[in-house]
Amino acid sequence: MRYSALRILMEGLTGNKGWTPTWRDAEPKAEYDVVIVGGGGHGLATAYYLAKVYGITNVAVVEKGWIGGGNVGRNTTIIRSNYMLPGNEPFYEFSMKLWENLEQDFNYNAMVSQRGVLNLYHSDGQRDAYARRGNAMRMYGVDAELLDQDAVRSLYPTLNYDNARFPIQGGLYQARGGTVRHDAVAWGYAKGASEHGVDIIQNCEVTGMDIAGGAITGVQTSRGTIRAKKVAVCVAGSSSKVMSLAGLRLPIESHVLQAFVSEAMKPIIPGVITYGAGHFYLSQSDKGGLVFGGDIDGYNSYAQRGNLPVIEDVCEGGMSLMPSLGRAKVVRSWGGIMDMSMDGSPFIDRTSVDGLYFNGGWCYGGFKATPASGYCYAHLLARDEPHHVATEYRLDRFMRGAMIDEKGVGAQPNLH
Amino acid sequence: MIINHPLLGPRDAAEFVYLGDASLIDRPDGEQDGAAAAFHTYQYLRDNPAGPHEELWFHEQGDRSWLVVTRDTTTHEITHVRLARDVARERGRGQ
Repeated sequence: MRYSALRILMEGLTGNKGWTPTWRDAEPKAEYDVVIVGGGGHGLATAYYLAKVYGITNVAVVEKGWIGGGNVGRNTTIIRSNYMLPGNEPFYEFSMKLWENLEQDFNYNAMVSQRGVLNLYHSDGQRDAYARRGNAMRMYGVDAELLDQDAVRSLYPTLNYDNARFPIQGGLYQARGGTVRHDAVAWGYAKGASEHGVDIIQNCEVTGMDIAGGAITGVQTSRGTIRAKKVAVCVAGSSSKVMSLAGLRLPIESHVLQAFVSEAMKPIIPGVITYGAGHFYLSQSDKGGLVFGGDIDGYNSYAQRGNLPVIEDVCEGGMSLMPSLGRAKVVRSWGGIMDMSMDGSPFIDRTSVDGLYFNGGWCYGGFKATPASGYCYAHLLARDEPHHVATEYRLDRFMRGAMIDEKGVGAQPNLH
Repeated sequence: MIINHPLLGPRDAAEFVYLGDASLIDRPDGEQDGAAAAFHTYQYLRDNPAGPHEELWFHEQGDRSWLVVTRDTTTHEITHVRLARDVARERGRGQ
C-alpha cells in the first residue's frame, strides 16, 4: 500500500475501509538465502536495503518477540553526526543523509525532525575540544557551528547561564541533527522490506546455530529449523548471548541505560541539548513530554531496568542546567540494554564461522546509526566486503591496535 | 543495590566503582609464548553472561577494598560477596 495525502482523503470519504496491514506477518519457510536474527531497527533496515539496493529478496527476519520491541523503541530518538574520528564520522554522516531522505524512500511517516542538536560547553578547555570536534566534522563536509553564549541564549532562554560553578559559555551546534519517531522507523523499514518480499517472522527465538565444517548451515528456532546460506546476527543488547550459540566471545559487555519522560507541557525546548558539565541531555517530544536521560548505570545488566542512584544523578544534572525542570513531574522511565564495546564503537563484520555475520556493539549510538548500519550490513552480506564508510568496524581491531575510541578511556566499557 | 561487604556489612552500591568481570584477576603471564593473544583475550573479550556473574567492585567511598561480587545480571540480585584479596590468593596469585 502506498501512503499519501490523497489516499488519506479518499479513505476518509469512503469510511476508512481500504486500509490493509502495513507489513506481512510471515510463516517461516524451510530455507532462505539470508536469515537476519533480530527484528529491531537495524535488522529490518538490513533486510530493506538487502532487498531494495542489493536485489537479494529471499530473506527472513526472525524476531524473538515482536518487531521494534527492543532498543529501537527504548531510546531517546536523537539523530546526529557529530563524531570526530575518521573511522566514525563518514559512517554517521552517511546515516544522517539516509535519514534526510528516509520517509520518501520507504513511504512511511517517521516524523524526521531536524530541530538541531546543541552540545553545551562550560569552560575554555571544553570550548577548545568542541572547536576541534567541529573542525573535524567540517573536514568531512558535515555542518557544525560553534555558538557563543548570546547565540545559545537566543535559542534557549530558560537555561541557567550564570551557574557559579558551570556557567554556560556556548555550544557546538549541529542544525541537521534532531529527532525521529522511533517506532515508525521499525514499522517503515518493515513495510519497505515486506513489500520487496522479505519474510518478517515474529515470536521466533533463535535457540541454536547449525555449523558444519566451520560454515553455518542454518539456525534452530522456537518455530523449527531454518536453513540458510548466510546468517546475519543483529541483536544489540543480547549479542553475547546469541553469538555464544556459535561458540564466539565478543569484546562487549551488556549495560543498562535509563531514560525518562516528564508530563506534557507547552513547547519550551525546540531542539536537543546536552549538558557539558553533567550526565544529562534533553529534548521535547511532539506530544509535549520532556524526554531526557544521562549515563549508563555502569554494571553488567540484562534487566531492562536501572537503579535509583542514576535517576538521582540525571535529575540533579537537569536541575543544574535548567532549574525550572523542577516543576515538572517525571511520568515514565525505562531501561534499555546496550552492547557496550571495548572502545565505544560498533562492529559490522564477518566472523570466524563462514556465512555467519555480526552487527552490534552500538553502545548508545545505535538509534541514529540505524539506516547506515542496515545499508552497510546489507552491503557486507551481498558483496562480502565492507561498505567504504564502515571499513573500520572490524572485530579484530583490538588485536591490531586499531581502536576507534572517541572518548579515549580505553578498554573500560562502562566509561564509554 | 546493597552490597553486603564482608568486613563492613551492608553498603549502598553507590559507594562502589565497578570494574567488570572477575576474570580480570587472572592476568596472563607476559613472558609466555603467545602472550599477545593471551592479553587480547584477557583485556578485550568477555563472557558477558545473562545470569550469575562474578565481578569486581571497588569500595572507593569506603575502605577502598576490592570485592568479588556474585550478582545475577537478569535480576540484579547479589548472592555472594568476598574480598578479592582472598579470591586472588586462592587462585595462587600474589602473597
